[in-house]
Amino acid sequence: MKNFIIKRVAQMALVFVIVSIFSFLIIYFSPGDPLYLYTSPAVSSYKMTDEQLDDMRESLGLNGNIVQRYANWAGKMLQGDWGLSISNHQPVKGQILDKLPNTIGLMGASLILSILVAIPLGLLAGYYKNSWIDNVISGISYLGISLPAFWFGIMLIIVFSLNLGWLPSSGMRSIGVTSTADVIRHGILPVIVLSVNNTAVFVRYIRSNTIEQKEEEYVMTAVSKGVGQMQVLKGHVLKNCLLPIITMVGMNFGTLITGSFIVESVFGWPGLGTLCMSAINSRDYTMIMGITMLACTVLLIGNFLADILYGFADPRIKQGKEKQNG
Amino acid sequence: MDRKAMKKVFFSNKMTVVCAILLLIIIAAAILAPLSPYDPDASSVAEKLQGVSSAHILGTDDIGRDTFTRTLYGGRVSLMVGFAAMCVAVIIGTFIGTISGFMGGMVDVVCMRIVDVFMSVPSLLFIIVVYAFMPRNMVTLVLMLAFFSWTKVARVVRAQTLTLKERDFILAAQALGVSKGAIIWKHIIPNLMPQIIVAASLSIANAILDESALSFLGYGVQLPMASWGSMLQTAQKFILHNPIMAVAPGTMILVTVLCFNVLGDMLQQILDPKLMK
Repeated sequence: MKNFIIKRVAQMALVFVIVSIFSFLIIYFSPGDPLYLYTSPAVSSYKMTDEQLDDMRESLGLNGNIVQRYANWAGKMLQGDWGLSISNHQPVKGQILDKLPNTIGLMGASLILSILVAIPLGLLAGYYKNSWIDNVISGISYLGISLPAFWFGIMLIIVFSLNLGWLPSSGMRSIGVTSTADVIRHGILPVIVLSVNNTAVFVRYIRSNTIEQKEEEYVMTAVSKGVGQMQVLKGHVLKNCLLPIITMVGMNFGTLITGSFIVESVFGWPGLGTLCMSAINSRDYTMIMGITMLACTVLLIGNFLADILYGFADPRIKQGKEKQNG
Repeated sequence: MDRKAMKKVFFSNKMTVVCAILLLIIIAAAILAPLSPYDPDASSVAEKLQGVSSAHILGTDDIGRDTFTRTLYGGRVSLMVGFAAMCVAVIIGTFIGTISGFMGGMVDVVCMRIVDVFMSVPSLLFIIVVYAFMPRNMVTLVLMLAFFSWTKVARVVRAQTLTLKERDFILAAQALGVSKGAIIWKHIIPNLMPQIIVAASLSIANAILDESALSFLGYGVQLPMASWGSMLQTAQKFILHNPIMAVAPGTMILVTVLCFNVLGDMLQQILDPKLMK
C-alpha cells in the first residue's frame, strides 16, 4: 500500500508539472499583449511612460525569457503566491478563495443529490434487469447523459422561474436578503442541472454493478435462505456496490468541475466559473492560470483519493500490484 | 462476431433501428436545408420574435430570421463539427492505441502516461482557455475537440490490441516475418473495426455535446455561422419574449446525441457476448 501511494503521488506530481507547463505555454504563445488594456489608446486615455510599463511588467512577472518566467511563476505558486490579477491588480489567490466556497457548495450539493438519487435507481434497474422498471430507469439515464446541461437549465428557467414564478432565475442572493434559505432557493435549479449528467452516469454504473453482484453465489444463498428481496438489495448488493461508487465519483470529478462552470454561467452563480469566464474575456492571464491549476489540482486529488480508498479495500492493489489500464 | 451476424442482431433490435432512422432523418434534413423557402441569414426586423405561425412554423428570432430554417442550417454545422472531430479523434486514438498495445514496453508506458495526463485535466475548461487565445475558426474548433477526446478511443483500442496480439494469426504473421507496421495495418486494425465503430459513435455524441456547450458560452462556432449551440446563446437572451427559440435547437441536440449514444451502447452490447445473456 505504501509503495502504491508513493507511486501515485509521484505520478500525480508529474502530471501536475506537465499540465502547468502546458497551460503556461498556451498563454505564453497566445497572440496579443497582456498589457493591452494599458497600452492601447483606444482603451485607456492615460498614456503610461515606458518606465511605468516596465515596472508593471516586472510586478506582473512578464519579464524575461520563457524558462525564467515559468520558473518564476512556478516558484511563487508553490510558495502560495499566485500573483496579481492583470485586470484589477488584486492578488489572484484572494479573489479565487473568495469565490471558491460558492462553487464548492454547488458541487457538493450536486454530488450528494446525484448519489442519493442514483443508488436506489441503479439498484432497482439492475436487480429487475430487463423488466419495465429497468427500461424506464435506463431510458431516463440515456436521456440524462445526452442532455445538454445548459439547455436543460434554460428550460427549467422558462418553466419554474418565468412561467410558474416559483424559483429565482439567476444569482445567489436576492438583493438585501442574507438568509441561508434565500441562498438555497437560488441554488435549487443550478444544483439540479449540475446533477443530471452525473446522476445518469452513476445510475448506469450502479446498474451494471448490481447485475454483476446478483450473479454472485452469496446473493443466491441469501435468497434461498428466505431473505426478502429488499433486504438482499440493501444488506448485500448495496454493500458490495459502495466501493465502485467511490471510484466512480472520483473519476467523474472532471465532469463536475467543467459542469459547474457551465451551470454558473447559465444561472449567473458567482463562483469560479463566472470568475474564469470574465478572466478569459479580459485576458487576465494570471487569473486564468490560477483557476486552471486549481481545477486540475482538485481533479487530481479527487482521482487520487478514489484510488486510495479503493486500494484499501482491494487486496490486489494493497499488495502493490497495479490495476491494468484499459 | 462476423459482420453478417452483427447485421442480423442490429436489425433485430428495435431501439437501434429507431435511432438509425431518426439520425438519417436529421442528416437528410440538414442536407436538404436549402429547400426551405427562407434564407437562414436574411433578417427582417418587421417580423422579429414572432411565435409559432403557419408562415414560420417555429417562429422567428431577434432579427426576424426563420428559426426552423436556421435550425436546419445549424444542424449542418453541428453535425459536421461533430463528425470531423470524431474522425480526427478516431485516427489519432487508433494510431496511438495500436502502437501502444502492439509494441508494449517503454512505448506503451509513455503513451499511457500521456493518456493519463489528458484524462486528468478538465478538458472543456482547457478547450475554452486554448480557444480564447487562438484564431477562432472551425479548424481550430475541430482540432481542439479531437485533441481532448482521442484518449478514450486510444484506451479501448489498446485494450483490444493487447488481446488480439496473442491470437494465432498475428503470431503466425510475425513468424513469417511480416513487418510490425504491416501487421498493425493489415491484421490488427481490420479486426478492431467493431470496437472502433462503437468508440466513434460515442465520440461523435460527445463532440456534438461539447461543441454545443462551447458555442453556447461563445467560444465555439462564431457568428454569423450558426450551430445549435450558438443559436441557444442568442435564444437565452429572449426566453422571456420567445421561449420557442430555445426549444428547437436544444431538442435537436438532445435527440441527435441520444441516438448516437444509444447506437454506440447497443453496438457495444452486441459485441460483448457477456452482456448479451
